[in-house]
Amino acid sequence: MDDAKTFIGKGAVLEGLADHPAVKAILGWNADALADAKYEFGELTLTIAPEEIAATATTMQAAGYNFFEDMTAVDWFPASPRFQLSYHLVSHAFKERIRLRVLLQGEDPAVESITSVWAGSDYYEREVFDLFGIRFEGHPNLRRIMLPEDWQGHPLRKDYPVEGYR
Amino acid sequence: MSNPAGMPVLEPAEGAKDQHMVINMGPQHPATHGVLRLVVEIDGEIVVRVYPEIGYLHTGIEKTCEAKFYHQVVPLTDRINYLDPLANNLCYALAVEKLLTLEIPPKAQWMRVLLAELSRLNSHLIWLGTHAMDIGALTVFLYTFREREDILRLFEAVAGQRMMTSYIRIGGLAMEPPLDFLARVQGFIRTLPEKIDEYSNLLTGNPIFRNRLKGVGHLSAADAIALGVTGPPLRASGVDFDLRRDMPYSSYEKFQFKVPVSNDADCWARYEVRLIEMRESIKIIQQALDGMPEGPVKADAPKVVLPDREKMKTQMEALIHHFKIVTEGFTVPAGEVFQGIECGHGQMGYYIVSDGTAKPYRVHMRYPSFPILQALEKMCKGRMLADVVAVIGSIDIVLGEIDR
Repeated sequence: MDDAKTFIGKGAVLEGLADHPAVKAILGWNADALADAKYEFGELTLTIAPEEIAATATTMQAAGYNFFEDMTAVDWFPASPRFQLSYHLVSHAFKERIRLRVLLQGEDPAVESITSVWAGSDYYEREVFDLFGIRFEGHPNLRRIMLPEDWQGHPLRKDYPVEGYR
Repeated sequence: MSNPAGMPVLEPAEGAKDQHMVINMGPQHPATHGVLRLVVEIDGEIVVRVYPEIGYLHTGIEKTCEAKFYHQVVPLTDRINYLDPLANNLCYALAVEKLLTLEIPPKAQWMRVLLAELSRLNSHLIWLGTHAMDIGALTVFLYTFREREDILRLFEAVAGQRMMTSYIRIGGLAMEPPLDFLARVQGFIRTLPEKIDEYSNLLTGNPIFRNRLKGVGHLSAADAIALGVTGPPLRASGVDFDLRRDMPYSSYEKFQFKVPVSNDADCWARYEVRLIEMRESIKIIQQALDGMPEGPVKADAPKVVLPDREKMKTQMEALIHHFKIVTEGFTVPAGEVFQGIECGHGQMGYYIVSDGTAKPYRVHMRYPSFPILQALEKMCKGRMLADVVAVIGSIDIVLGEIDR
């Protein structure tokens, strides 16, 4: 794929990357789940409706994106929607990486866990729960992973100070 | 279930309270390679459950990155996986360069490959020494650390630092390597294959080492993929995937090397895969030495790359750029990138979100040792307690990159 190309917006990506396996998979399954899309720096980002993330993960896994590489969050405080989840999936067959992006509303958001699709997302979801305070429904062991159990607050949120007292 | 100290208590499984015992391993156990705490449930000497407890080394490095300029993050990255320092630098630099769409001169790219491979050798030598020491073969440790010392001297020659090199910077390298550097690397890799034979002579035929590793810590390819296992343990489980070959970066596509794969999926397979990887690294370094291009080691981007000291003292422009970069940093266009590389332990990745200012909005590091702990229970279940030590050695973890 040509890295120099850039497509911003759902329409542009659907038109410019109609042959992309991830784009085809999501259109073949449920086009409504795709809220937005972009192709920048040679990386495809698909923005998924929050309630569809686990089903999308299943679809992507079946479409050849067999390896869950990474998941983390971004806090866009004070903007709304405040939290963004970024899932990075790698395809061993296509030798390519895609990003699924989920935007979450509210101060205390919750989203469906994808541990049933990739058991390896367990620690990543715990980490995001610990450091951002985003809950994952259906997670088998959702507890803090880095910080002590009795810690107050979620340090990677933008309203949490870098130094000094909380 | 939490207790006042904030530590999870693992009770024996229901119905086996009289027979099972829960023991604590770490965080100060020498075989856990750092501050890893394992809560292990055993039935006699058979492992029933393993619960890794991490976070003892958590320093909030991702939060710290958000408060620094882009170029100030480079020294932080060294400290995450301190056994493979240049791979950290490389991954971060590549990610930021992707956002900046910087063109890196060929010599810098080839030097980066050379240094990343030296760094991989460094990481593998420490793995081999400590793994063998855990099993009880103490001698190998002394030999591998002898060779590691040579690598650290090479790092010192280029960066002035043995471990926290920070030599790979955004836009290239910190400075030209010393004139005799390539000759020194050549001298080092000329003798290394013999040294690897020496380790192999000590271990491969050693019946104790063999019996402790063969058939121990089995991890199927499907489990390895499901649990996020990468690097040598993934390839030892029969999955032929290496980012250097399959999603090349920093001109790795111009190098010829084999990616060792084994289908045995046990600790022994991981040992063999890494040993071959070390030999392949030597070949890559040789190719880098033979074809080292001429030219600058920094990109032509005066607003991003610090000028040479010489220029700074003679040219007004260079002095102004230096002052600007050091005091205000440089802005990076808004956007998000993920850059993955293959480091000694597996797939490393930096996810950087920029909001268009001089400080990264969010830096997230994906490190291979973190997800692999999830596979620990799978590998140890139903085996003897002593095998836990062999398995931890074989997956090659560094707690700095787990806790970050």
